[in-house]
Order: sequence, then C-alpha cells, then structure tokens
Amino acid sequence: MNRIDQRFRQLARRGRTALVPYITAGHPHPDVTVDVLHGAVEAGADLLELGMPFSDVMADGPVIQNACAHALRHGTDLDRVLDMVRQFRERDAETPLILMGYTNPIERRGVERFAGEAAAAGVDALLVVDCPADEAEELKAELQRRGLYQIFLVAPTTTDHRLQRMAKLAGGFVYYVSIKGVTGAASLDLASLAPAVKRVRSVTELPVAVGFGIREPEQAAAVARVSDAVVIGSALVDRLDRCTNAEESVAATRAYLGQIRAAMDAATETGPAVAEA
Amino acid sequence: MLEAAQRTHSESIPDASGHFGIFGGRFVSETLMPALEELDRAWKHYLQDADFLAELDRDLAHFVGRPSPLYLAENLTRQMGGARIVFKREDLNHTGAHKINNTVGQGLLARAMGKKRVIAETGAGQHGVASATVAARLGMDCVVYMGAEDVRRQAVNVFRMKLLGAEVVSVEAGSRTLKDALNEAMRDWVTNVDDTFYILGTVAGPHPYPAMVRDFNAIVGREARAQSLAEYGRLPDALVACVGGGSNAIGLFHPFIRDEQVAMYGVEAAGRGLGGLEHAASLCAGRVGVLHGSRTYLLDDDAGQIRHTHSVSAGLDYPGVGPEHAWLKDTGRARYVGIDDKQAMKAFHALTRSEGIMPALETAHAVAYGMQLAAELTSDQIVLINLSGRGDKDINTVAEIEGIQF
Repeated sequence: MNRIDQRFRQLARRGRTALVPYITAGHPHPDVTVDVLHGAVEAGADLLELGMPFSDVMADGPVIQNACAHALRHGTDLDRVLDMVRQFRERDAETPLILMGYTNPIERRGVERFAGEAAAAGVDALLVVDCPADEAEELKAELQRRGLYQIFLVAPTTTDHRLQRMAKLAGGFVYYVSIKGVTGAASLDLASLAPAVKRVRSVTELPVAVGFGIREPEQAAAVARVSDAVVIGSALVDRLDRCTNAEESVAATRAYLGQIRAAMDAATETGPAVAEA
Repeated sequence: MLEAAQRTHSESIPDASGHFGIFGGRFVSETLMPALEELDRAWKHYLQDADFLAELDRDLAHFVGRPSPLYLAENLTRQMGGARIVFKREDLNHTGAHKINNTVGQGLLARAMGKKRVIAETGAGQHGVASATVAARLGMDCVVYMGAEDVRRQAVNVFRMKLLGAEVVSVEAGSRTLKDALNEAMRDWVTNVDDTFYILGTVAGPHPYPAMVRDFNAIVGREARAQSLAEYGRLPDALVACVGGGSNAIGLFHPFIRDEQVAMYGVEAAGRGLGGLEHAASLCAGRVGVLHGSRTYLLDDDAGQIRHTHSVSAGLDYPGVGPEHAWLKDTGRARYVGIDDKQAMKAFHALTRSEGIMPALETAHAVAYGMQLAAELTSDQIVLINLSGRGDKDINTVAEIEGIQF
C-alpha cells in the first residue's frame, strides 16, 4: 500500500489533521535538505513535499522563485534530489514524500526513467504544477505502474465538469489551492474555504489538503478544522532563507512547524476533522 | 469582408485540445485551465460573429491602416542580382509593427468578454506598445511586463507605453528578458483571473493562444497572397519571416500552407553563432520540451533547465517558439535557418541605405536571409519578406553597438 494511504488512515484513527510542509530541495543548501526533512517530521509533519528546482517556476511567487534559483546555483538537479530522497529514507521509512515540480526537467530525463528512479528512491507521489489532468496521461500511467500517485490541484476556478474528471484520475489526496494566485500570496479567504472543501468532498472520498497562502498558526488552525491536511510552503521557505547552516535550518524548521502543529492540534482536539458548514 | 470560414484554414489544426501533432497543448496550473477554456470558447464564438468581424475589419482598416502595401525593393533586387525582393510592409502599421493586428483583435475580444483590465508581456516593446495603444482606445487598465534587460535596451518603447497610460513592470527574475516577462504575466493572470484578460503577444503559450494569435495575424498572409496575385499574376516562390515566438511568420505563412509551390523560411536569431550557447534559435538548435504552457522546441540544458539566450534583437531573444512552427518544422512544410547578430546588423544598414526603409533588428534577420536567398534565385522569381516592424525603436541599440554617442 502507498505510504500516503497508510498515513491518512492512521491520521483518521487519531483524529489528527495532517501537516504537510514544503521545502525546495537544495535550499538554503543541498547539504541541509535531508536534515530539514527529518526536523520537519520531528516537529510534527505527517507528509512531506520536496520541490524540484526549475528555472521558470510560473506558478510560484517570489519566495519559491528565489529558493529555486538559489538551489540551481548550488547544482540541485534531479540526480541530487533523488539522492536526498534516498538518504532521507535511510532513517525514515514511513513518512510519505511527494516530489513537486514542473514538466520540462522530468521530460528531459524521460518520464519512464524518472518514474522508475523516483519509485526506487522512495518517493510516493508526484505533483507536477504545469501538468493538469488534461496533459497527464503518459505521466500518470508511468507512475501508476510503479504504485506512485499523481497529485492533482483543484483551484477555486475549477468547474464542476473538471472537478468530476479529476476525481476519477486522482490518487493519494486532492490538493485544493486555496487562493487565486501564486504560492505565498497572502489573501487566504477562510470564509469561502469550508464550502469549497465541501464541494471537493462531494466528488471524492480522498483526503483534501489545502495549501497556498497559509502562514500564521491561526490560519493553519482554521484550515485544519475543515480539511484533512494543511500545506505550508512559502512561509517555511522564507524562514529557511535566513539560515546559513544545517543547525540553524533545522532549528528554524522545528520552531516554526512546532507552532503550526500546536495551533492545529488545539483547533482539532475536540474531535476528528470533518467538513463543517 | 472575408467570410468567417475563409479567415483560417485551421479545420483540424490544432485539434480541440490545442495540439499540433505532438506540439502545443495546455501545460499550466489548474487555476488557469478554466480561464483558457473560457477564452477558447469566446475566440471560437466571436470568429464566427459577423458584428465582431465587421468591427475588427473597420479597426484594421481605419485604426491600423490596412491593407499594408506590398513593396518591390528595386534597388535591393538589383544589388542582389537574383529574384525580385518584395516586402510586406507591416512596418507601416499604426505603432510600427505587425503586433497591432493581434492586439486590436484581442482587445475587442477582451471587451466582448467584459474584462476591464488587460496585461501583456513584451520583449522588444512592440507588443507592449500595441497593447497599451489598444487599452488606451478601449479605456482599459493596462499592465505590461518587461524584462529588466529589455527595459534598458528599449527605453523609447517603455516611455511610449507610459505615455499611453500603461504601467510597465520591470521583471528582475531569471535572465531578465522576454521569457521572464511571460512568467510574470502568467503570475499576474493567475492572481487576477476574474477581471483580467491576458493579451499574449506571440503564437506561443497554452492553447488557444497559438491558434488565436495566428488567426489575428493571418491577415498579413491573406493580403500578401491576394496582392501578389494582383500585382505579379502569381504567388511568390518563397516567404521569409523572422521567428522569435513566431507570430509575424505564422501570420504570413498560414494562408499559404496549401500552396505547396511556395517555400517558407523562418529565420531565427543565431546571436553569436549556432555553434555556441549564445543564440536564440530553438528550432535550429533546440529540442522538444515544455515551456510556457506548450510542448515545443526549446533551448535547455541537460537537466531540463531553460537556458539564457542571446540576440541583438530583444524580440527574438526567447528560448521557446510557437508550437505550430515546431509542427511545420517536423512536417517539413517550413524550413528554419539562423542569422547571426552581425549578419542582421549588416542587413539593417543595407536596407536602410538602399531603400530608405529602416527595419527593426528582429526584421533585419529576415531581410538578411531573404537577400541571400534572392541572390540564389533567378530574376523571374519572387522572394516575399515580411517587413514585420520598423527600426526607430532600435537606434539606441545600433548606436551603442557601433560606439556612437548622442
């Protein structure tokens, strides 16, 4: 069974909403990434998203743009990213890990080859930002053959027709993009979130993760009440940007995610997260 | 006025989801997919709408100044001693380039769709100026994204856009050129998708842009075809146009695609030479990948990272190319060649001095190849070059290269 399914099953039993941090591989330095991933798990992360740097991150805001540019300057190519995953798996066989990135580096390597290498390294799913369901056929087939999921984004703009089609293709969980905008934009509209998540739940049994624009513990708490998973990206990457070594990076990750975790737990301790509203 | 069905030969190209063979498609984040679907529906609807087309034709005639002439360059023809060289004078359009054909069309479409704000990316600034021009006339807010390096190279066009009331955002990311401006425009669109229309300036990007921008520019080829028949009693033997993203080339080529006897040459920027990395010739020296929403030929490294490009002309300085060109290359219908910075500069001067026509540096690439080609052909043949833009915007660049200070 895919680690993602196992993990969400455990979380459901415990009535806990998943915390899913995103970091860009190779930022603030390639040597630090694996330590940061472990630190995130120790601070209460349940799944991990690892960004594969790309030169033209069209869907990302300035924080992740800078992180990617920085990681590329330090030579973080796909070989290096897969090495990081292998290293991480030496000490952690359970925490699901999702690689997030863009189409061109994957195609340049070859979709089939990359899917095989990712599976062998211990990756559980792939989220390719610029590969919507419409263009995903080949990639999804290659991933599926190896027991990996392709995670699809659902946006506030997604039509019912598209939502239903995606529900048929999705595996692992559905990632709801909580804002119209790029990653790290600060305009999360909590009032519209509950009905939006409910709409996603009406077409799929899969867990629903919510991301883009969540940075404060109170926001994470509010999102935790209505979703199955809270994704924290730019706010964490921003904190890592100020770190100069592994020690600082791990400490910053633990401190920040610890706060988020505590706020989420306090918000959901009355019972398991279910769709309200 | 042309009937809707005559406006394009695109019965099956691209297919319903925007694929030209393996090329094209829609590689964008989910947030934009519904907006692209909405745009696709609107474009298909209004290209069949008689009132819309009548207004478009009126604007093209009285605002843009169409039809643009087909000009026989007698001096240049004599100098080259081969085929007759004729120019499709898109440089005489309002705002000085072919770009206005597309922005007039997309501007009317934006208004028809009820959008109050338009955004655009620009390289050389011609598309930015053409977008700002249309926005001023239609009373819309306009934001133009331009790479910081291009802002520096094209200061005159930046000022023109500001005079027209547009906000020009200098993009500092990446290589600070056209590709980065396009990324930033996409980010704006994803953020303001409800009220904003993205006027993409070339035949690249996600479907329906490659097909839609082609259809708005195909007036160039339709006129040229009819003018050639009327003035010379025959079709040209070869068409030549420069290719960055490829909008002026596809606009010229498209109405000739079924005229098998007409050869087509797309001229890419070979920069400091195709042997090195300092060029922008994705069809001549690139490979198939995915950039800016479509599968096409592009310039990347072995890790799939998009490479920095170089060309003396900002408008050709782009690592991708429209997917229809990729398809025309692979099917062999069109051929793609490279002209380097020096050859383009030489052609810029040659045309200026022989005919009194100063071409844009982008256009000078097409002129350079067209001159070579004409020399190889015979005097009964015709080489038709798309004179896609005028060179006024480039005089600072030319002066800088030649060490002249004002």
